[in-house]
Amino acid sequence: MNETPLRVVLAKLGLDGHDRGLKVVARMLRDGGMEVVYLGLRQTTDTIIDAVEQEDADVVGISMLNAGHLTLGPRMVEALADAGLDVPVVIGGIVPDEDRPAMAAAGVAGVLGPGASADEVVACVRAAADTRS
Amino acid sequence: MVGKNTDRARGGTSEASSPDDRYRTLSGILVDRVYGDGPLPGEFPYTRGVHADMYRSRLWTMRMFAGFGTATDTNARFRELLAAGGTGLSTAFDMPTLMGRDSDHDWALGEVGRAGVAVDTVEDMVDLYAGIDLGTVSTSMTINGPASILLAMYVVVAEEGGVIRGDLSGTLQNDILKEYQAQKEYVFPPRPSVRLVTDVMAFTAAEMPRWNPVSISGYHIREAGSTAAQELAFTLANGFAYVEAAVAAGMDVDDFAPRLSFFFNSHNDFFEEVGKFRAARRLWARWMRDRYGANDERSLKLRFHTQTAGVSLTAHQPEVNIARVAIQALAGVLGGTQSLHTDSYDEALALPSEDAVRVALRTQQVIAHETGVVNTADPLGGSAYVEWMTDEMERRAEEVFAHLEGLGDGSLLEGVYAGIDSGWFVGEIADAAYRYEREVNAGERIVVGVNAFTEGDDPERRRLLRIGQDTEDLQRKRLATVRQDRDDAAVAATLARVATDAAQPTVNLMPALVDAVRARATVGEVVDTLEAEFGTYVERAVV
Amino acid sequence: MPGETRSIAELVAAARGSERRATARLLTLVERGGPPADEVAERAWSALGGRASSGATSDGGDGNGHRAHVIGLTGPPGAGKSTLVAAWTTRLVERGYRPAVLAVDPSSPLTGGAILGDRVRMAEATAAGVFIRSMATRGHAGGLALAVPGMVRVLDLAGFDPVIVETVGVGQVEVDVASTADTVLVVVTPGMGDAVQANKAGLLEVADVFAVNKSDRPDAADARRDLELMLDLSDLTGHGRAGTGTDTRPSIISTVATTGVGVDDLADATDAHLTAQVAAGALAGRREDRWRAEVRSHLDRLLLDASRSAIAGSLPASGAPGAVARSLSEGVADRLLGHRIPGDRTAGEPAGHEGGAAEGDR
Repeated sequence: MNETPLRVVLAKLGLDGHDRGLKVVARMLRDGGMEVVYLGLRQTTDTIIDAVEQEDADVVGISMLNAGHLTLGPRMVEALADAGLDVPVVIGGIVPDEDRPAMAAAGVAGVLGPGASADEVVACVRAAADTRS
Repeated sequence: MVGKNTDRARGGTSEASSPDDRYRTLSGILVDRVYGDGPLPGEFPYTRGVHADMYRSRLWTMRMFAGFGTATDTNARFRELLAAGGTGLSTAFDMPTLMGRDSDHDWALGEVGRAGVAVDTVEDMVDLYAGIDLGTVSTSMTINGPASILLAMYVVVAEEGGVIRGDLSGTLQNDILKEYQAQKEYVFPPRPSVRLVTDVMAFTAAEMPRWNPVSISGYHIREAGSTAAQELAFTLANGFAYVEAAVAAGMDVDDFAPRLSFFFNSHNDFFEEVGKFRAARRLWARWMRDRYGANDERSLKLRFHTQTAGVSLTAHQPEVNIARVAIQALAGVLGGTQSLHTDSYDEALALPSEDAVRVALRTQQVIAHETGVVNTADPLGGSAYVEWMTDEMERRAEEVFAHLEGLGDGSLLEGVYAGIDSGWFVGEIADAAYRYEREVNAGERIVVGVNAFTEGDDPERRRLLRIGQDTEDLQRKRLATVRQDRDDAAVAATLARVATDAAQPTVNLMPALVDAVRARATVGEVVDTLEAEFGTYVERAVV
Repeated sequence: MPGETRSIAELVAAARGSERRATARLLTLVERGGPPADEVAERAWSALGGRASSGATSDGGDGNGHRAHVIGLTGPPGAGKSTLVAAWTTRLVERGYRPAVLAVDPSSPLTGGAILGDRVRMAEATAAGVFIRSMATRGHAGGLALAVPGMVRVLDLAGFDPVIVETVGVGQVEVDVASTADTVLVVVTPGMGDAVQANKAGLLEVADVFAVNKSDRPDAADARRDLELMLDLSDLTGHGRAGTGTDTRPSIISTVATTGVGVDDLADATDAHLTAQVAAGALAGRREDRWRAEVRSHLDRLLLDASRSAIAGSLPASGAPGAVARSLSEGVADRLLGHRIPGDRTAGEPAGHEGGAAEGDR
């Protein structure tokens, strides 16, 4: 059966330059059979929205290491909604467990902490994609 | 201002008749200052250490990195650390500052004061070091792209407080090359950025003799996922690149090389780390003498700061990180480090809490005062395994140097530029990072608490440090006040001179930068001015 | 296609009005293949003035469902193609064009996944408003040959002109996909024997314009000379431009993508190539070739699907492979006799287009 690969836009939002996690996740998703549109560093909600729209992405993955998740995560979700794009957002990075409910309440579809295995990463993105069909 | 001397720390025995009598094991056995023969610690090529007595004469500096919130918040943390026995300050800046953007810039939203302290103008720097005698305390500032601007601010703060620049001691990270390879905190393209580095080197060599103008850093290369051998090779290659750049700018190697310092990571693989540190010293000494013609012995001695591996810390069962940090710190000490930062066990979860920072500092104190490893210099020297590992690290680094020389037609500086331009460094590091993750995933590598021994994790018990949005609002207000109170004409005039000097590659930019920040130009304004002249760097490389 | 409630007809109408989201959705449908792709193709075809037989029409279409200038761009890995495309398309926007880029990258043969990294190098172009779509080869050669012309037509429909198809010039399929264009641009760099490699890969024969990128390198002059020499040889031996529409010698442009050097010349050269073809009356022939190739790709797929479903379940457990295949093929012929090839969107289609409101209105 030829299941159509999921298309995932991966980006770092904001100024933080730590892209090790994003790169590893890109490869994990590729090896999980997904197509990763890699945007890399220093993206804004606008550049991410452009990419999501033109690439017709199924999921957006945002990585952040700088404790800005409570501000930037919900901001991304809002910006997508404002643009009329129904695309789930997965956040990766250092997100304390106690913040997860707040992130979920803000509409973030999935959170991946440090040390997530390849299987967890792929499953989280798949589950996020499933939330919108 | 260096390490607390072992004499005082050892209290009761410090007045003993023979000085060496103090160095006894727990059972009372007398220990020699060094064992073995053949180049000893303090002798070329310094494989065994840069000082003959190593930690007997001086402990490493316990330098704890701190910074969060506003300058006032960080200042309070600095004072606590000094009161708790810390012997040097290390400043972490927030992301907008590291990227040369002001707190009121669009990009700064959500990041002001979060991962470090926010500094927009000299006024913030005044608050940051309030009540601390800059003439006696050494300060390290972890900043790269805008390093020259922050150094200019430090000079102004000191001078406005009555301390002359020549009395200042400390370290500026100022290592821009590894930013293109690993940490990605750059603004301008590589060549004008390296010119800023060499301007700082020339300025401090002439006017701030106690200042270390560059801390050539492998730490971030390792954190980005490189192997130990890559960390060693890329870092030293960058060091040689700065040497070539400074010589090309007209400096004599012995005028600046004694003030170059290094910054390495200490990860879990204990003997590999020790071998890496030992190989680094040997390689540097030989290359500086034979390749770059350094004559001053101090130019040949590689001195380094160590930080334990943040990337090795796990969010699962975080208390286990205390053990990891202790072992990594021990590797740094047995590798002969000159200063050490130990990570806090909760760093994989959030910014470190005060309690966790204290445990990390106490870990160093246990190594220094309880384990006895400081009693003899290079206690691992002569171990067949350690010597072999040292040789192997050296061999692998030499392979990389040869590759880069090929890329640069005989020049390591040009080779490093070429490797950045083609994405070679980035690719090598990404490959290594992915290889490691796959091994962990496949269970070929055990990470305790993550893919083995996972029972017993309780996410409920930790109190985490939070930085609220109010910090950001407060910092923006402070910035607005400074903008309000300053003389705008003076700011414009000094920035115009920065632009003029930037356009002339042979002019040293530091005097113009000092004038601009003294007039209360912001970090962002100075960076914008330079960016107009130098351009903006965009990474082309992919995963 | 979760979240999309519009029919294909509505999406096509929206795309004609230059709506980017509708355009992107249509690209997805074509890429996935199957009945929705066929419907998109047919609607796009008539919207672009396509007729049953070839020949230019008065509305700017050519009767073969082409309006935009289609430019194929290929070259060896590491030649700086994406960076060059970014600088070049940014310049095209400044000149008043509305370029779109279809950037094709290989899928992993093992997992079917892919990392599509072209956008990283095209930040300035996206900021300038260039439409960029990344695409993975998704394993089968036939699929790519089928999907790319359909996706080009969707971009054409949405008013993009030129439409640029960028592929890595390794592998016959990638070269073929890029070379079924009005103008073929081949990018090489000095110093790595690119020109020689390009020659081996067959890129020399398909090129209309060469860009020698990274020409600030000291050995750029050598690369240019190598290229000229090889073109001389191919002229002498008569392999040159035969059968590709124009017999003029390809122009060679020196570029430095990272600084924008030569990008204006490049824009001039691709324009000039189009103008020359129109003047020579060669464009129609070239587009007719492309149309034929597209028909062939569709036919290949239909025949392959039909024969696979005809032999489904009848594979014996053992036997000499060649003999087994021969006997199965006879069976296929038997079964298909008197049978219509199921190109009617009801049978023999691959799955993967399940659900979705877009096909619900048919």
